[in-house]
Amino acid sequence: MLLKQPLEFYSEPLAGVEPEELQGKLIVIEGPDSVGRSTQVARLRAWLEHQGHAVLDTGLARGALAGKGISQAKEGNLLGPVTMTLFYATDFADRLENEIIPALRAGFVVITDRYIFSMVARAIARGEDRTWIEKVASFALVPHAIYYLRAEVRDLLTRVVLGRGAFDHWESGMDMRFGADMHDSFVRYQARIIRALDRMAKRYHFVVVDATKTPDQIFRELQKSIGKLF
Amino acid sequence: MPLLVPNRHRGKLIVVEGIDGSGKSTQLSLLSQWLRSQRIAVAFSEWNSSPLVRETTRRGKKKNMFTPVTFSLIHATDFADRLERYIVPLLKAGAVVCADRYAYTAFARDVVRGVSRRWVRNLYRFAVRPNLAFYFRVPLEVAIGRILGGRNAIKFYEAGMDLGLSRNVEESFRIFQGRILDEYEAMIQEVGFHVIDATGSIEDQQRQMRQIVMDELGDSLRNGIMRASQGDIDAAQAAARIL
Repeated sequence: MLLKQPLEFYSEPLAGVEPEELQGKLIVIEGPDSVGRSTQVARLRAWLEHQGHAVLDTGLARGALAGKGISQAKEGNLLGPVTMTLFYATDFADRLENEIIPALRAGFVVITDRYIFSMVARAIARGEDRTWIEKVASFALVPHAIYYLRAEVRDLLTRVVLGRGAFDHWESGMDMRFGADMHDSFVRYQARIIRALDRMAKRYHFVVVDATKTPDQIFRELQKSIGKLF
Repeated sequence: MPLLVPNRHRGKLIVVEGIDGSGKSTQLSLLSQWLRSQRIAVAFSEWNSSPLVRETTRRGKKKNMFTPVTFSLIHATDFADRLERYIVPLLKAGAVVCADRYAYTAFARDVVRGVSRRWVRNLYRFAVRPNLAFYFRVPLEVAIGRILGGRNAIKFYEAGMDLGLSRNVEESFRIFQGRILDEYEAMIQEVGFHVIDATGSIEDQQRQMRQIVMDELGDSLRNGIMRASQGDIDAAQAAARIL
């Protein structure tokens, strides 16, 4: 579902922000690891800029406040599940308040590579309480559109093999040891993430995009839909 | 909705709360010495002390990057780290964990900074509920007298300067601590604080604390929790000297 102006908060309004002042567009690309989100974000940015829109692209753990701390914490094996969730929430809040909202105020199109939903899905996949994390994240703005690039675990596996050619510790959820080795843990962890995202799809009005299509097909689908926002 | 998760572990969690200058740290330190003297295995946990998060907190404070929400979240992250890696494992081991400030500090301070009471209470829902929570009640002027007499400079965030209450640090600190005091007072029933009159003598307050500990936790302190032999204590002290 595509939302028209004005923007609003889920349930916890941020102090000092008047949603009516936010003239830009907020577009979210969601989906599990290796599903092809960053490729699409890069192409959308180029296309929107070509159309004359100013674009800000942002993504998980890229904020000035907590981005560095998160990557440092992930280098060790010390990050507990609740700590990780809250560290990501800190980074998200920092980017929302200091990057996304100012850009929206200035009339930018903000494309964000993941939003609160991946954070919520990861927390749920690690056995944390759904209501708890959803309420923690309730200061987020309701985006104009949320595109959920959906694939099955077997598709993600193919991309890991053909792409990096190796499993990543965190993408495999090895902090929780969901399986005996990285492959087994990856399969179980990503299945949990996909299940959690699927469960959010209806409630948060995701536009579900079949991520097994070619990048060109996906891009055209996104273009067509985003075009309706202007 | 339970505010905090009940402590189902063998160990016990004792926390102290109160505004700066209420004398809570002194009292907690006296209490833990007393418990140790009875061969009880005691561990200590301070607010805002996780090495994992320290860099980020420092960066944010140095450059004044915090908003009420990020300030609240980074402290919750710090707290979660200490809880997951330190407090919960120690409680499982059967220790008495003494915490100088707990989630209630966030309930008071973050609300004064501007996040909603409901939101910050939900944020800390993962926390273990303390077996005992002491609140050191002190009039604002008494606390401020102790603080201003005792140390040199009040820091930016400590004085709530980010709230723009006053350009004068001391004045800002006064208003900020006053509001925190109001929040503490308002949550006494809700969170079940044992209130200690912190204007009394140090000895009196300590007597009251020990009495409450014995009344509430006496049985479990006599059996169930982890005890240390004189040999354990000597070995720990010797190890601490080498470090």
